[in-house]
Amino acid sequence: MRDVYVAGIGITSFTRLEYPLSEIAAYPVMMAIKDCGLREIDHLYVANMGSGRVNHQTGLASAVVDTLSLTPSGAELIENGPASGGSAVKQGYMAIASGLCDVVAVSGAERMREVNNLEATDLVATLTHPIAEYIYGVTLPSLAGMFTRLYMEKYGVTERHLAMVAVKNQRHALRNEFAHIQQEITVEGILDSPEAMTNNPYVADPLRFFDCCPVSDGGAAVILATRDVAESTGRPLVRLAGVGQASDTHCVHEREDPTDLLAVRRSAARALGMAELAPSDVDVAELHDAFTILEIVESEEAGFFPKGEGHLALERGDTTLGGTLPINVSGGLKGRGHPVGATGVAQVHEIVHQLRGEAEDRQVEGARVGFTCNFGGFGNNVVCMAFVRE
Amino acid sequence: MPVDLEKILRPVDRPMAPFPAKYVTLASGDDMVIRQVGRDDIPKILPYVAPLVYVERDYYDCVAARVYAELLAYYRYRMQDEYVLVAQIDGELCAVVNGRMVDERVGMSLHTLAMRRGLRIGAHAFAAKMEYHIDILGQEEVLVVAESPIGFRRWMIEYNLEKRFEIPHELGGVPSYALTRELFERARGTLVIGRRPVPDDLMAKAEADILPPSDPPTPPEDLLAATRSKYDPTGTALMLQRWVQEGKVRG
Repeated sequence: MRDVYVAGIGITSFTRLEYPLSEIAAYPVMMAIKDCGLREIDHLYVANMGSGRVNHQTGLASAVVDTLSLTPSGAELIENGPASGGSAVKQGYMAIASGLCDVVAVSGAERMREVNNLEATDLVATLTHPIAEYIYGVTLPSLAGMFTRLYMEKYGVTERHLAMVAVKNQRHALRNEFAHIQQEITVEGILDSPEAMTNNPYVADPLRFFDCCPVSDGGAAVILATRDVAESTGRPLVRLAGVGQASDTHCVHEREDPTDLLAVRRSAARALGMAELAPSDVDVAELHDAFTILEIVESEEAGFFPKGEGHLALERGDTTLGGTLPINVSGGLKGRGHPVGATGVAQVHEIVHQLRGEAEDRQVEGARVGFTCNFGGFGNNVVCMAFVRE
Repeated sequence: MPVDLEKILRPVDRPMAPFPAKYVTLASGDDMVIRQVGRDDIPKILPYVAPLVYVERDYYDCVAARVYAELLAYYRYRMQDEYVLVAQIDGELCAVVNGRMVDERVGMSLHTLAMRRGLRIGAHAFAAKMEYHIDILGQEEVLVVAESPIGFRRWMIEYNLEKRFEIPHELGGVPSYALTRELFERARGTLVIGRRPVPDDLMAKAEADILPPSDPPTPPEDLLAATRSKYDPTGTALMLQRWVQEGKVRG
């Protein structure tokens, strides 16, 4: 297989966007093209989950490739729930590694705020099991709530730890001009004060309002290329060194231990193994914190901390910017926002930004190895990737 | 015989009990004081309302224009039975809310103008206004409408307001909703919160001066940009304006 490099990156603000979805997907590709100067794109992959239902638009990739005037390049849509972005980058990786293409653009985009929060929550809930879960009213927040309760009982995680993740990631997001949530919060304000229950009400006990990511619009893109092509751009060389994907049971209740996120564990091990790296080699990570608990658990399953001790690392400040392994310095899904199809690509965008040393006041000093975890379903389809600055 | 027109034109206000100041700790950890202001304070507030007339987003333009007129009318004695509450953090103006008595039984909620977004600042200020009508003035219900979708979510949905569609609201003559005493009681302790008395140091800061909002919604440099941005597929128009305002690039 050929080595694959991230040659260009682009992103939109994650917020409420009034533009057509196809253009939210196209704009970051234009930015990525501008970033690296590559204008000949062999193939375009577009990651999206809800266009057919939310935006009444199907065949999104065909629209985007034309919007970008990239015809007659090939183009296709990749849908893998919230892991669509990671899957699309993986497809791009395979296209180049196999020799099928030399330059591939991957865009992730979602325009979810076209509908209200209830409809957006329902859209995401449709990825649960239709007969065993969905018809009983299961949503992702409710699954996450039950998961969190179990995790608390088993490992001693408390609401304070969850609040600490929220505070940390929203603080990180203040350093990211593209982040959706530009608001500092404190543990006192969302947990300790007499007004905390109103400021931060329960959404799905024990998860509260500030434990959940926002519903966002936005797009992100990367351009993947062979080494020769990437070198020709003159941009810093960031290699996509490892890709891992793993699945788990569709129904959460069928797992032997529902507090184990085996798909994260396996995909992370594959990605790091392929890159010939150990978890301890990672300098900066973007994890899928759709709910605050997930950042803690994913940090354990990826091997950064022993199982059941992610919250202790959080307490020590290890995962904060300036700590030993900063996690979600972009703000993560919690702070940067979560336009579902765009998230996996945005994670890659952030890691490349970091490894290039261009992240300005949220730069992780000396970062050379980065890691992403894009979590599909409730952990039933996960894509992890490892990146190395050369 | 000369006629003093001012005696005819100036309304005579009913006596209204004062709103006892309270404070709320926000999600940011800041303590926000909500207190009543009198006519003499209005000139300090108006300059902070005026710029919002040009902010198209979330109907700030409509709301700010109306609030400006209502505050001015209060100051110049052209509105009857009006009151104004302000929310402040360290003296900084965060929200202005106002309303008036229709009669002894019914209140008319006018506006809630949040000058710092997020953190439920507007929601807390609105709740204080309802508290004033129901608890302090002893009214049975308050007529409410919303100009913006955010207001609709905060008032109509969160409080589950009752329809009073047969009553045109004073804001635009649109059908009214009502917050009844019963609905208010249901919201007490969850949506309607806050502590009294306000600690002396907090109150002193609030009363010392009404400081300008530190991060108010800003009007676009090009006043038509928000409209044009609907046709700007890349979003660069608004982003560029923000960068120009922040001095990152030259316009």
